[in-house]
Amino acid sequence: MNKVLLSGNEAIARGTYEAGALVACAYPGTPSTEILENMVQYKEVDSSWAPNEKVALEVGIGACFGGARALVTMKHVGVNVAADPLFTLTYTGVRGGLVLVTADDPELHSSQNEQDNRNYAKFAKVPMFEPADSQEALDYTKLSFEVSEQFDTPVLLRSTTRISHSKSAVVLGERPQQIPTPSLKRDPAKLVMLPGNARRRHYDVEERVLRLEEWSCDQPFNRIEKGKGEVGVITSGVSYQYVKEVLPDADVLKLGMVYPLPKRLIRDFAANYKTLYVVEELDPFIEEQVRAMGIDVIGKDKLPICGELTPGRVAKALFGSDLPAENTADLPQRPPNMCPGCPHRGVFMELNRAKAYVTGDIGCYTLGFMPPLSAMDTCVCMGASIGNATGISKVLSAEEQRKVVAVIGDSTFLHTGINGLMDMAYNKSTATVIILDNRITAMTGRQENPTSGFTLADQPTYRVDMEQLCKAVGVEHVKVIDPYDIALTRKTVREEMARAELSVIITTRPCMLVPRDNLERRNPLYVDHELCTGCKACLRLGCPAITWDEQSKKSNVDKIICVGCKVCKQTCGFDAFQEIEA
Amino acid sequence: MNTTNILLAGVGGQGILLASEVLSEVCLMAGLDVKKNEIHGMSQRGGSVVSHVRFGEKVYSSIIPEGEVDILFSFELLETCRYLPLLRKDGRIVASNWKIAPPSVALGKQAYPAELTEKIRSQFANTTIVEGLDIALEVGNAKTVNTVLLGALSNMLDFDHALWLTALERMVPPKLLEINLKAFAAGREVK
Repeated sequence: MNKVLLSGNEAIARGTYEAGALVACAYPGTPSTEILENMVQYKEVDSSWAPNEKVALEVGIGACFGGARALVTMKHVGVNVAADPLFTLTYTGVRGGLVLVTADDPELHSSQNEQDNRNYAKFAKVPMFEPADSQEALDYTKLSFEVSEQFDTPVLLRSTTRISHSKSAVVLGERPQQIPTPSLKRDPAKLVMLPGNARRRHYDVEERVLRLEEWSCDQPFNRIEKGKGEVGVITSGVSYQYVKEVLPDADVLKLGMVYPLPKRLIRDFAANYKTLYVVEELDPFIEEQVRAMGIDVIGKDKLPICGELTPGRVAKALFGSDLPAENTADLPQRPPNMCPGCPHRGVFMELNRAKAYVTGDIGCYTLGFMPPLSAMDTCVCMGASIGNATGISKVLSAEEQRKVVAVIGDSTFLHTGINGLMDMAYNKSTATVIILDNRITAMTGRQENPTSGFTLADQPTYRVDMEQLCKAVGVEHVKVIDPYDIALTRKTVREEMARAELSVIITTRPCMLVPRDNLERRNPLYVDHELCTGCKACLRLGCPAITWDEQSKKSNVDKIICVGCKVCKQTCGFDAFQEIEA
Repeated sequence: MNTTNILLAGVGGQGILLASEVLSEVCLMAGLDVKKNEIHGMSQRGGSVVSHVRFGEKVYSSIIPEGEVDILFSFELLETCRYLPLLRKDGRIVASNWKIAPPSVALGKQAYPAELTEKIRSQFANTTIVEGLDIALEVGNAKTVNTVLLGALSNMLDFDHALWLTALERMVPPKLLEINLKAFAAGREVK
């Protein structure tokens, strides 16, 4: 058996290929992004980025109604956006199998909240599998497609950051030779969810959950691993791995399907132990259901609800074991920062100088919150900057209204920001909106979007005209500027903030990390110490390439990481920044 | 065979993820169970980055249990210090002497901590400090630092030399292979 090392995300992509899926669709979001990036290697599957998660799921549903197997992936908060189609898809059921991957982020490594999407399975009455390593990620993906078709239901596959981004050994399988040919098939009683049809389908949904529950009691993915028989543990997903480290002698009921729970199996297992633990990350999802069966367990009375679990945290919670103290003594922190040459940097410096109240959004530019830029006052969810600016402007005096600026990236704007802008124009908001257009979904690792001019498979395609789009929804004042031109950026930001009408500033500069958009050669800079007065104006940019030298009391540029954007040169009143000629 | 735990630490952009890929591939080729774990997302933006690699007969958690790191394999001096508490008492260290200023230091608000090498050695006698960047520049490419460090790490691990070379051949882009093999050999000279 040939084993390869795959991440959980790579394994889900492989499992989708091996399941014979024909369509995969997603909006990028950490930690789910690499699933679709890895789908591209499987040419048999039509893989694409959608502008948001709702569209992605709707595309998947369409493919499944056509009779194809379809994969849809997103991060946990993406399911909030896709919840609308999900909650009715559960009524229609499927034709080809449909699997929705939710990649949750306990510990908020790269997210704005820590919601536990197992709750969506119960809420939407959809079965949910939860793999504990990459092999299970592959196996459960294939299984999910089968269960989807067998029970006529969408299936949720839940990963977490530590599953998606961990690599472990996997044995690969093959894609089936014969895949059913999709076709049109009318079935209005099942697919047209008008009240009369949907009312009948609701009974099917409830009956389906009961059938799944009974069936899952005898399936190998819900398994009992015998230990010494003294202590019992119910667990699933990555928590299973920590249980095996911390309680190696315990009997373990390892759940592969976390909704619906196999109640008969749980009851039989629980009867054997005086001490029964439920070890799970985040919410007491399994625990509450087990307690509702009248079974007493040790769970969130000891284990934390907030944050991810680790072997040490489980041991500390259950046995009071000590965790090593963090080495924080005098060690400077190293938070992430915008890259050298990031086109957003100068914009935030100017927003800071203009004392703007910035309603922020989700993307690299959320780092504009960090000092020294320190120019972000709110950040809620994808697209929220615009609605937030509208709302706060409604309740302020005319003078304070002028301080309000919404800042949003191109991908986030097209995701759900555009709706907010329509509202602004329609309801005559007076705030200022800045669209930071770098033509890419940068924060998640540079994924293409409708402003890129390229698809997920790197094929050239139509590029959204942002200026025309803003004008088309009714914005009269649209300014397009180059954010590397600091004087122009300053002037435009101040003028548009002062304007007592809605205006949009589009800053256009491609992300520095996209090679195809950065073909122009630029030389790195250096600081001429003869000219540098040590005024520290350049330090306001917080560029990683500029460092302060305490001995000479002057700035320096690290030529290895400087990309020659020359924004710093424009902050210097003494012309100390000079180009290193190639 | 017990599980061996290696924690890689450094700064986004230093090539930590590639180094952990190569190491994991070597473990897999040696017929061992292996798991590796890291957090993406912020890694390209100059933040603190760690990667866990665990190998042995059977590995469960991909996160190294706190306080059970056998080898801290670090690419930056300050980051080495940050993760010392996760080491076993008799843990070993392979660390680059490279210093990268974090934002507060770059802005002149804090000083880069002094005498870190001495502090590390005083706590962990079995420490190898590698002048990774100097060696990489001698080899001819600053970006091979991670391979130089892998060479130094390979001296501590009981894997065939050939496995390392095969893993590098698989993981490194062809046009950079030759210089990386040189860098690896130079790293193995560090004792």
